[in-house]
Amino acid sequence: MNKVCLVGYGNTKFSRENISIDSLLLSATKSLFEQNTNLNQKDIDAVIVSTNDNTKYLAAILSEIAGIKPKIAHTVESLCNSGANSTVSAYSYIASGLAKVVLVVGAERYDSPGQILDWDKSRGEFKHPIFWGSIFTKSHKRKFGTTEEELAIVSAKNHKNAQENPHAYSHKNYTVEELLNSKKLTEDLKVSDCSRSCTGASAILLASEDISKKFSSHPVKIKGIGQKTVSAGFTKNANFSCMQSTVDAGKMAYEMAGIKASDVDVAEIHDAFTVCELMALEDLGFVSHGKGAKYVKNLFDTENRKINPRGGLIGSGHPLGATGIAQIIEILQQLQGVAGKRQVENCKVGLVHNMSAAATSSTVLLLES
Amino acid sequence: MNKFESELKKGNFIISECSDCKEIVWPPSNYCNKCFGHVKWRKPSEIGKLIEFSKKENVNFCIAEFEEKIRIMGTLIGEIISPKIGQRVKLKKCGLNDGQFNFTMALI
Ligand SMILES: [Zn+2]
Repeated sequence: MNKVCLVGYGNTKFSRENISIDSLLLSATKSLFEQNTNLNQKDIDAVIVSTNDNTKYLAAILSEIAGIKPKIAHTVESLCNSGANSTVSAYSYIASGLAKVVLVVGAERYDSPGQILDWDKSRGEFKHPIFWGSIFTKSHKRKFGTTEEELAIVSAKNHKNAQENPHAYSHKNYTVEELLNSKKLTEDLKVSDCSRSCTGASAILLASEDISKKFSSHPVKIKGIGQKTVSAGFTKNANFSCMQSTVDAGKMAYEMAGIKASDVDVAEIHDAFTVCELMALEDLGFVSHGKGAKYVKNLFDTENRKINPRGGLIGSGHPLGATGIAQIIEILQQLQGVAGKRQVENCKVGLVHNMSAAATSSTVLLLES
Repeated sequence: MNKFESELKKGNFIISECSDCKEIVWPPSNYCNKCFGHVKWRKPSEIGKLIEFSKKENVNFCIAEFEEKIRIMGTLIGEIISPKIGQRVKLKKCGLNDGQFNFTMALI
């Protein structure tokens, strides 16, 4: 099996702008080429597009408008973790020898159809994500005594981290008090507890390790991959204070990489809602169950950027298909030591956690410099 | 439209059960997701238990479980003072209007 490295990236600013999906894909691709001057269109064997947009044939469209004639071109859709899923596909093409260099581009519009899963009839009329977010939050509060203030701290930390992220949707800073006073959506969720759907695009380049130095002086290895889908329907989650797909995906990734949670120096966590960050930290073994809030408060008090240094989904915005790619870019920059003001000192091992549809499916990637 | 949907439209909640292995197949489907056997349709017990709940404005909503297997999200009506997880609930109403599924439950 060929070893696989991340060797390049292209970013765009997240916004609420009305931009067509092909323009979004092209802008992230253009940014990637501009930052990787050794890369030629002819080098690219596969183009994978990550999106929930309904437009067909996007990987071929992107290839044409970017002057690429790849062997493999297709879209990957898996709601909010389309990004990590497409990266797993790219990894597999390189590992198997089918491709040497793969371009993965994620993009989404603010009005994405990927926010609601119509198929899930068991949710009745409560289909909007705020309802599963409320159920998770209520359940975590009930089981571990999690408070509204502890949830507000997650949001405050991620908004604060996003201030140094030039591509974040918003650069507003909030005090914990301001967030505690933000509009209540349900008994258990405030506006400040939610990530917001937006417009954005992100691109990464993967290459076989033997040629990775051609594209980057600091290639970053993909050491571990874990993926688990427990169901499609939200109500099938065994319980609502723990995300089983995340537990399972984490275990697989740690085992493949020979890495423990305590070895991880920096992580991007899928904070669709504030409670998801706490649950994921617990489910991925950073802390034991019920201790996530204390851990995050300590990060916030000490201005430690270890978790969600770019601001997570809450701070940066959540353009569904681009989110997983943007998370990977952040960890890639951190491990390359080029994250600027967001830089976590001496980081060698990074983790990406991307999930979809009320944690029914999770992907965990472990990266090493 | 499958049988589940056509019955729900009439206000009847039915579930699919495998004719071969007797597994309850939920969400409803024409084939068993354990053995791919044919399913037959039947009414489930109307009494279930409360799994979790929250509230949006003045609407209480919950997840309830029926026959230890079927979980649905719906509106929780009636006087709700301090509901307990595991408390018994009754399915009061269900329907399908303009593609929108809805379930209404009450604590008992
Ligand atoms: Zn069966």
